[in-house]
Amino acid sequence: MDPLFKQILFALLTLFIVLNYGLLVQGITRKIGARVGRRYGIPFYQPYIDIIKNYSKRTRISHGIMYYIAPVFRLTGGIGLLMFMPVIFGNNMFQNFSFSGDLLLILYFQFFGVLGMALGAGESGHPHSAIGVSRGLSQVTAYELPLTLAVISLAVQYQTLNITEIVAAQQGGILNWSFFTNPLASIAMLLAFLAAMGRSPFDVVLAPQEIPIGPPTEFHSGLLGVLQLNRAIFPIAKLILFMNLLFGGASSWGELIIKTFFIYMLSVVVGVVYPRFRVDQSVRWYLGVPLVIGVAAVLVSKFL
Amino acid sequence: MSKEHTEKRTVYSPEGEAIEVDPLKDYFCEDLPEVHKKSSIAVVENFRNWARSRSLWVLGFGTGCGAIEMRPLMTPKFDAYRYGIQWRPTPRQADVFVISGYLSVKTLKRVIRTYEQMQGPKYVMALGSCTINGGMYWDSYNTINRLDYYLPVDVYVAGCMPRPESLLAGFDQLKKIIREGRGEGYNVYAEKFEWYKSNQKKIIKDWDMPDYNW
Repeated sequence: MDPLFKQILFALLTLFIVLNYGLLVQGITRKIGARVGRRYGIPFYQPYIDIIKNYSKRTRISHGIMYYIAPVFRLTGGIGLLMFMPVIFGNNMFQNFSFSGDLLLILYFQFFGVLGMALGAGESGHPHSAIGVSRGLSQVTAYELPLTLAVISLAVQYQTLNITEIVAAQQGGILNWSFFTNPLASIAMLLAFLAAMGRSPFDVVLAPQEIPIGPPTEFHSGLLGVLQLNRAIFPIAKLILFMNLLFGGASSWGELIIKTFFIYMLSVVVGVVYPRFRVDQSVRWYLGVPLVIGVAAVLVSKFL
Repeated sequence: MSKEHTEKRTVYSPEGEAIEVDPLKDYFCEDLPEVHKKSSIAVVENFRNWARSRSLWVLGFGTGCGAIEMRPLMTPKFDAYRYGIQWRPTPRQADVFVISGYLSVKTLKRVIRTYEQMQGPKYVMALGSCTINGGMYWDSYNTINRLDYYLPVDVYVAGCMPRPESLLAGFDQLKKIIREGRGEGYNVYAEKFEWYKSNQKKIIKDWDMPDYNW
């Protein structure tokens, strides 16, 4: 078989596994939340049914071209993030399309879907969408700072912009993980991770019960289905990124699932403990302690 | 009531550029609703109906006093989430519209707008005796008596007020209707559109919106 063709097949397989894992994690997390609140909770497969339901809606309205393109942009952001990252370390086929400068591209791809969504939500003309978009963009800008500084710190530490090499440098025991070798960058990155997952206390963007659900207010039927697919893929892609950068990557799917699940639980636990920040609070918070830690991480890895 | 906000007007941008605005044309779509056929393959349609019945997104719009009976459904005691019933803040994404109790004329207008913004297939569940024949408000000067003159109703839940248990029973009935493929209320609305509109306009005197609010 042509190696490129085989590569594409494995990339699709990665996407399939990540999509299903993402949907199951979504369902299970909501189930856990319900059980904590002493409810029985949704069935763990409810996200699947919701997506099928949304795709089988019969009517659809249009607000213009960008309105249609926005969910596609959003999904492209999620899939792109996943595709340009090595998923399973040491497995040639699950390296997907990663290359020597993938770390930079991935920083960009994190932002890509947000911008596309901003254009589409803007065109839908709903005031709640506009509020959600302005909140989302300011919060993303705020948490990108500590995140990027931490990534620069890691790049300086390992002298590379290649994620595969960063993962390779962390092999050979838990104490080799960047989490232990570069704690400052890890802390800055994990703090940024909280907002990246969009859960409470940094859920001003969707902000249920406040600005109904922010940017996707006007999206419905199949368009909402696309967004839901992205909501399953994107968080898992980010989790894989953090796992690769901080927790030594994964050499098998089992290891990947265990590691990403626990990283995800960090944001879930923080989310159930802390109530929502206002957007000015969250922006100020990210420009405070996490930013200082990020700068310190760069200085430490450069000069020590 | 004046209809000023629906009339054509000229607005000026900060740079002094004049912009013509025709609200009914610019802010609304003029297309009337159409009948959407079911999928011709029975297995596909059944599967879709199964999914629709297992994932009912309820619009969070309490129209009358019965809205207070919807809240307990989210609590641990009744927990409607386990039946796939979830609440949605925007009409675009909702499937079920629970008309919770009496409808004043003022609310009816909003209800019609909201119903028409929902995407089909959509279902209406009417709560309490007020929506069936007016109930204790049957001779009131500003409430409607029979809801199904104005919107196609899929399920009635009788009582004044119905307890949350009866609401759950109503949702069960609605699921049965959807699975049997009888939940085509929005197609009925499109077919008998003129009849529904003339009924609505008889009640709502200050009609200041297009005939169909997409």
